[in-house]
Parts: sequence; structure tokens; C-alpha cells
Amino acid sequence: MSQSDLSPIRLHRALNDIWGTPPGLGRLSSVNHTVLGRRFMVVALIFFAIGGLLSMLIRAQLATPNSAFVGPEIYNQIFTMHGTVMMFLFAIPMFEGFAIYILPKMLGARDMAFPRLTAYGFWCYLFGGSILIIAMLMGVAPNGGWFMYTPLSSRPYTPGINADVWLLGITFVEISAVTAAVELFVTILKVRAPGMSLIRMPLFAWYMLVTSGMMIVGFPPLILGSILLELERAFGLPFFDPTRGGDPLLWQHLFWLFGHPEVYIIFLPAAGALSTIIPVFAQRPILGFRAIIAAIVAMGFLSFGLWVHHMFTVGIPHLALAFFSAASALVAIPTAIQIFAWIGTLASGRPRWDIPMLYVAGFFVVFVIGGLTGVMLAMVPFNTQAHDSYFVVAHLHYVLVGGFVFPMLAAIYHWMPHISGRQSLYRLSVPAFWFIMVGFNLTFFLMHLTGLMGMPRRISTYPSNWGWDWLNLLSSVGSFILTMGFALVLADIVMQFRFGRPFRRDPWHAGTLEWAIPTPPTNYSFAALPRIDAPGDQLAPRLIGPQLAGGRGYLGFPRDGQMETLGVDMVTGEAEQLIVLPQSSFLPLWTGLATGSIFVALLFGFYWLAPLGALLTVVLFLLWTVKLGRKHDSGPVDIGMGEQAPRDVECPGNVTVLANRTAVVMDAILFSSLLFGGLFLLVVAPNWDGLAPLDLPLWLLALALMASTAGAGFSWLARRANASGLLIGSAVAQVLAVVVLAVLMAWVPEPTGHARQATMFALLAYATIHTALGALMSSYGIWRVQQGFVSTRRNTELVLAWLWNGYAAAALVPALGLVLMLALAGDGA
Amino acid sequence: MAGCSGALSALDPAGPRAANLATLWWVMLIGATLLFALVMVLLLLAYTRSDWISRVTPGQWIIGGGLMLPVPILVLLTGTALVLGEQLLPHGEAPVRVEGEARQWAWTFRYPGTAMPPTETLHIPAGQPVDIVVTARDVIHSLWVPRLGGKIDAIPGHPNVIRLEADEAGIYWGQCAEYCGEGHDGMQFRVEAHDPAAFAALMEGGNP
Ligand code: HEM
Ligand SMILES: [Cu+2]
Ligand SMILES: [Cu+2]
Repeated sequence: MSQSDLSPIRLHRALNDIWGTPPGLGRLSSVNHTVLGRRFMVVALIFFAIGGLLSMLIRAQLATPNSAFVGPEIYNQIFTMHGTVMMFLFAIPMFEGFAIYILPKMLGARDMAFPRLTAYGFWCYLFGGSILIIAMLMGVAPNGGWFMYTPLSSRPYTPGINADVWLLGITFVEISAVTAAVELFVTILKVRAPGMSLIRMPLFAWYMLVTSGMMIVGFPPLILGSILLELERAFGLPFFDPTRGGDPLLWQHLFWLFGHPEVYIIFLPAAGALSTIIPVFAQRPILGFRAIIAAIVAMGFLSFGLWVHHMFTVGIPHLALAFFSAASALVAIPTAIQIFAWIGTLASGRPRWDIPMLYVAGFFVVFVIGGLTGVMLAMVPFNTQAHDSYFVVAHLHYVLVGGFVFPMLAAIYHWMPHISGRQSLYRLSVPAFWFIMVGFNLTFFLMHLTGLMGMPRRISTYPSNWGWDWLNLLSSVGSFILTMGFALVLADIVMQFRFGRPFRRDPWHAGTLEWAIPTPPTNYSFAALPRIDAPGDQLAPRLIGPQLAGGRGYLGFPRDGQMETLGVDMVTGEAEQLIVLPQSSFLPLWTGLATGSIFVALLFGFYWLAPLGALLTVVLFLLWTVKLGRKHDSGPVDIGMGEQAPRDVECPGNVTVLANRTAVVMDAILFSSLLFGGLFLLVVAPNWDGLAPLDLPLWLLALALMASTAGAGFSWLARRANASGLLIGSAVAQVLAVVVLAVLMAWVPEPTGHARQATMFALLAYATIHTALGALMSSYGIWRVQQGFVSTRRNTELVLAWLWNGYAAAALVPALGLVLMLALAGDGA
Repeated sequence: MAGCSGALSALDPAGPRAANLATLWWVMLIGATLLFALVMVLLLLAYTRSDWISRVTPGQWIIGGGLMLPVPILVLLTGTALVLGEQLLPHGEAPVRVEGEARQWAWTFRYPGTAMPPTETLHIPAGQPVDIVVTARDVIHSLWVPRLGGKIDAIPGHPNVIRLEADEAGIYWGQCAEYCGEGHDGMQFRVEAHDPAAFAALMEGGNP
């Protein structure tokens, strides 16, 4: 049965039955990437509207001097929520949703690697975002600014719940960024159509690969920072309190270690969309394909060396500033490479106009200005004038709106036909563009001047005597024109869905695979997976589409009612395994709710409830696995085109293993941030003189280390010899380590007294949690063995047990090392 | 630039340091305008499909636009900014040293070694550099007198120094530039620059 014997219609029906989402309330159980990608984008756009509404309030307030519209208590909530909503609830989820929707289709896959995780991420995003919005409606929204500097956001200066809403709500939302990062990374590397080697991947996939890599490195510092600050607020552990050996600058480092890459994390997907759209309208392949890849990889690395340019005025030694200033200037180079590659593509092609190109042109104008002011701000002396003034507000909107909103508008006009199956009528599109373009520049161009004339950001009102009145009034007028433009775009989208012209396939003559499937997309996307033998953005969807619909390709047949797609070798792209995806399920929703209960419990101070929520979440996650896997070996199976491949459970390099390895990397980065924080406090923070060294029970440290190492050793042997019984030894040893570490935690004298003890406590907590995780993974392995899911070939559980146990033991070494160092601190002083 | 003047305008400098910063800005503005115009012209030519531009090779676009254009500009600019920044640093001890302490939502300035009591107005001599040692008692604030120099953050636990200088005696204005809570928008302060003799007398007499 290598080729389908079914007619296209019957093949469609058969696949549709397998991949369909149940109707009614059953929709909530959907795990399909098309459905979820759409949901992500719709919710993100709703948040964009909320953020936009808030920005209208800001501009209404600032239109005139001495405004009495709202007072500072309200204004501070408004601008904090505007920034927070736009960054965390609009920009990031928007590109995540876009990538979730489009990437599998571009890669020639039927879905993402972990459909239920996509759904879980969506719920975390929705619930976390809702917490923030509800808090705002109740008048207790965060009010510390979107970067929440301590000590202002610490308990003494923000006694209310406001800051907790931010820390907990955003961390909840970040879970979706974490899951999306892992999932995108693994999907791009492993879940593609056969023949699509790494270098044949469409550029957008490259952009998203780099983006997801950056998310893996970038988000942990923020998550760690938020946890530490919440620990300080809730339990008084003084990580950031300068009076007790903490340091407000630690928060700034952790925040901007995330915050700067974040800007590139938002920009790169948008640039990826541009790199996909521009060649289509230039009617030639992109110019400098490899140079662009090199540029975005360079950008990914460089962006982690720039964070200090948000901190040029905190009093860092000039030499260090010079380094970060130069690095910040350097990042202009990969940006310039992309800009000129795009212009060159247009210049050497046969460019045609259409609405997406209008926004691409708008992008060039706005983003280039934002980039140039960025280089200016990277110059330390100038920064000391412009920092925290409206010049920065102007710059950041030129970059974010130019580098994200304009490309996304281009993308909306480009891909909306894919979602709706209809083409735009264009009555409103052109005027909408001009409203946006004129409104935007009127609003923000003037702000450069407002800032240089001395207007600081984040002020709720200003007297008339500084000369800012006319500038602010014009900015406010501009912002209302801008809003009208967005309203027109919305109307345009609605019109397109209602009255647009249906089309058959690939209206733009694009070169990527998403246009080879029926539009609006079927729930299985590809009736058969294509064999790729050309660069992934120079294909001919019009020719490929009908063949695939007829089942000519890989997996062009239904089998056992299972949802199947192919896993490939990361580099060569040859078919390597048959991936069987899980069906729709309510578990992600329940798990999301359980996770939410943890955050809500913490928010309202029911601290004893939080561990119960966590336990429930873990149990639910374990339930996810009940139906996964197979109880007997089946060897290679038919995948069509005369080829065979083993099932994923029998493939050593399956996506589950890769995802867990990625998760360990992320975890290790979170841990490194904690180590960095501990060392930073030890070296830099005030009020560390005169500490007495602590008499650490060294034998307990040694015992914990030995137990955990033994746990890891047993799990390694279990995997080596495929002797699952050894996992029992592993679990027992790790439990012993957990107990010892818990005793040590209880031993730490007065963790709230000084940052030194607080840090020791946090390090020990990290170690305890991870040894417990090791024990959990070993026990899980034992359970799966008993159920019959594990064999010599099907040994994923053993691999995972070793991975997490090994990591737990390895992390214990630096953790306990730093604990020891901290205990000795104060020795000489 | 008439439209840019104002009591808080960085583009209306009243001292050598602020003047340097303003010059840096004008130079960068001219450079940025030229670069922006260049990109726009290229974009326009690409669309009108001028013959000349369609013959530019991929290598020329990438190497020319991506490397040869920005690298010299960036090197020159970063170098200049570095040298300028080095000059603006508070090297050595300025003859006058004032302590500025921020709290929610006001400033207190102290004049150690003089008879002058703490003030809410910052008194400095005109025509000579002054160091301000900046700290904060509660949350982070930032001291910014745009017409006399840049800004520096006031961080609890980390004293910072900024050097300011006014050419002439007169009244200037400063404000808090780091968001510090509900009173942030009202956290302005007066700077009075005195002739050196008057300043000395003030410090001895202690009567502002
Ligand atoms: C729709 C048009 C928009 C307008 C009129 C607007 C207006 C403003 C204004 C006036 C401020 C300064 C508030 C203050 O400092 O007191 C501000 C801050 C900010 N905006 Fe926007 N904005 C818009 C869209 C966006 C978008 C699309 C994003 C991001 C994707 C964004 C991100 C931010 C951020 C991060 C801040 C800083 C908030 C803070 O200081 O904590 N804005 N916006
Ligand atoms: Cu302040
Ligand atoms: Cu302030």
C-alpha cells in the first residue's frame, strides 16, 4: 500500500475523520496547529486592541498640559499595562500563533511535534493574560512600568497586589513561550517533509529556528528574576533589597538579559515573514540566502551581548560601557545585510505592487529610522541625555511598530487568503495604509524632539512652561489618525471574510509549501507529504498541490485511524521515523487550569494551596502519557513512495528525547542565571561587610551529592544495560538526596535576614526540586516498564530517566559549591 | 535652533558638557538623515527598475551595503563617542563636590566641608565643573539637568558621580528621569549657578 488507492475525495474524507476536531464544546479539546495557531492570533489581536485602547488613554491624557483626565495612580497602571500587554500578550503570542499556523505547512508536515503542548501553551497564555486584564478592570493592575524595577516593585513601595499580578500573570504567560520555544525548535529540526535538508528549509524556518533558540536562552533569566522577586515579595527573601545585602541592579541585569534579546525575538519572525513575502512580489528568489542565514545567526548571538545598553546610566565602569556600546553598534551590521538583501532582491527582480508590498515599503521607512536612532542611543554620551526620555519612546515604537507591526500587517494581507480562502477586495486597504503611515509618523516622529526637549517618559502630566505643549498635542492627533487606520484594517479583514473572492490555489504564485494545500486549510493539511528536491522557498505549489491531494507522496493513506506525519534526519532531511501524533484531548485544558490554580493561589496568598496545585499539575501531566507509546515492537513500517521507516517509539533520536534535551538546556540556563545572581550579589551588592561565616554541616552536602550521584549512576546503568530494575535504585537514591537537601534548607539560618542566606536557600531549593524530578522520572520509568511500554528498542523512558537524573546530579555540584562559598562569605571582612 | 529651546531642553545647552552632547546629536542627525535618504533612494530605484540598479550583483549588495557602508561609519562613530565619553567622565576630583540624595519625591543636596545647610535647590558655581555624588534613600531615581549635562541614576546602595558645568550664573532646571512612583512627574528641582565669588560666600555664610 505504498500509493493511495483512494480517490482524492475519499482520501479527504478518511483523513478528515481522523484529524477532525469534535464540534460544540469539543472544540476546546482541539490540539490541531491550524486551529490553535488561529486562536493564538485572534487572542493576540484582541490584546492588541486592548493595548491600543490604553495607548489612546495615554495620548488623551498627554494631549494638553495639566491634564485632569486621570491622576498618576491610574496613569501609572495604564502605561504599565500598555507596555506589558503589547510586549507579552500581543507581540510574542502573535508571532507564536503565526509560526504555529504556518510553519508545519511550510515544512511539509501535518502538525507540530507536540500538538497537546501547543494547546496547553494556548491555555496558559489565555488564562495568564486574563489575570492581568481582570486585575486591570478591578483597578489593581501592575503599576511599576513594563520592566518592574526594584525596589519600586518590592513590597515596601508597592504594598498592594499590583506587582504580584505582573510577576505571576506574566510568568504564567511565559509558560506558553517556553513550550512554544521547545516545540518550534524540535519541529523545525525534526518534523519536515522528506528531502527537505537543513539548507533547503525555507528562510522563514531558519528565522524561526534562530528565534526559538533565542527564546530558549532568553526567557529563563526573566522567569528566574520573576520567581526571585515574588519570593522576596511573598516571603521576604531579600534578593533585591539593598538594606539586606540584595541589589536592585541584579533585577535590571536579569530583566535585560531577557529584555534585549526579546526585541530581536520579536523582530526576527517578522523579518522572516518579510524574507518570504518580498521574493514573491519581486518574482525572484531571495538574494544572499546564505548571507542572510549567517546574519540572523550572528544577530542571535550578538543580541545577548547588548543588554547593558539599557543600563548605561546606572554607573557602570566606562570601559565596560564601551564594550557594550560597540557591541550594540555592531548589531547594525547583520541588520544592514538583511535590509540590503531585501532591496537587492527587489532591484534585481520584477517587482509588482500589491497591498502586502505597501506595508513592506512602510516597514522600510519606519524601521530604518528606528535602526538609526538605535545606533544613536548606543552611543553612551548621547544616551545620557536621551535615556528614559520621549526620545526612547519614539525609538522603541519605530523599532517595534516598524519591525513588527508593519511586517505583520504585510503578513496579514499576504496570508489572510490562506486562512479565509478568499482574496481581498481592497476597497479599504489603501486608505487604511495611509492612515496608519501618516498617523504613526505624526505621533512618534515628533516624540524624538519632545524627548530631547527634556520630557521624561512615564509622567502623567506636565506644566505648560517647558515648551512641550504643541508637540504633545500633535502626537495625540496623530495617534487618533493611527487608530482610525487600524480600525479600517479590521473592517477590511471582516469584509474579506464576508465578501472576498474565493480562489482555487496559490493566488500570489508563491514558492512555499503552505500554498500547496487546500485553502482554507484542511485539518490534516497535507493529504500526502511531498518529496522535496529543491530549495523550500522555490517550489511550485500549483503543481505539487493536486498531486498531494491525490495521495501521491508520503503517507497518502489512512492507517489504523492514527494521526501520522514523518520525522526526518535533522541535517539531510531523509525520512527517519513515523511520528504518531496524539488525538484531541481535554487534558491540556485541565492541566492549564491546574497550573492556573497554582498562580491564583500564590496571588491571593493561599500559599499552602500552591503545592497542591503543583501536585495536581504533575499528576495530570503523567496522565498525558497514558495513551502514548506501544506495547510491542513493530519494526519498520510503510510510509509510501516505496520507503519504510521505524515508528518514533522505536527510534533512538525521537522528538520526545530531543524536546527533553532542549528542556534541560533551558533549565540549565535558568540555573546559570541563578548562579550568576548569587555571584553578582556576593561581589557587587552593598551591605555584605561584617557577615559572620556560617558553620555549614559539610557532611550533609557530601551525603546529598553522593546520593544524587548514585541516583544518576543507577539510571545510567539502567539505560546502558536496558535493565529497568536498576531504576528502583535510582529513585531511592534520589529520594534520599531530596531528604538531605530539604534538611539543609531547613538548616539555613534566617533566610529572610540577608541575601546571602536567601541565595543559599534558593540554590538548595533548586537542587531539591531537581533531585525530586530525577526521582519522579525514574519512578515514571518503572511504571512504564510495568505497563509494558519499554523494550530494548522502545527505551525512551530509560533515556529520559538518565537525562534528568544525570542533570540533577550535575547541577548539584555548582549549586553546593556556591552554597559553600556563600557560607564562607564575610570571613575576611 | 529656536524651536528647540526650553528650560529643560538638551538642545539648548548652557554648559560645555551639554554643548558637546548637543553637537554629537546634530552630527548624528545629519549622518542619519543621509543614510536614510540613501536607503530610500535605493528602494525607489529598485521599484522604478532603473537599469543601473538591476545590474548590481548580490555580492555587491551584501558586501557593499551590509559591510562596507556601515562598518566605517560605526567605527568612526563609536570611536568618537568613546573619546567624548572619556572626556566627560569625572576624572580626578572636581574642586566642588556636592552630594545629592533622592527620595520619593524630592531631592536634598548637601555641601560637605562647608557651612551650607542641606538644600532642595542645587547650588553650584558657574564656569567650573562640579561633581554631584548621587544616591537614593528608597527607590531608584535619576538626576537629569539637560542644559548642563546628561543624567545619572540614583540607586540605593550604589553612589554614582556625575559632573555638570554651567557657563554662566543663572537658574536651570533638573528633574527625575527614572520612574519612581506616583510623584515621579513632579520631581523637578532648581539649579542655581552663582559667580564663583558669590558661591564661595554662600558656602561660607551658609545662607542660601
Ligand atoms: C497603537 C499605537 C501606539 C501608541 C499611540 C503608543 C503610545 C505609547 C506612549 C505614548 C507610550 C509612553 C507612555 C509613557 O511613557 O508615559 C508608550 C509606551 C510603550 N509602548 Fe506604546 N504605543 C502604541 C503601540 C505600541 C506597540 C505596538 C508596542 C509594542 C509592540 C508598544 C510598546 C510600548 C512599550 C513597551 C512602552 C513602554 C511602557 C513603559 O514605559 O513601561 N506600543 N506607548
Ligand atoms: Cu524620582
Ligand atoms: Cu522619578
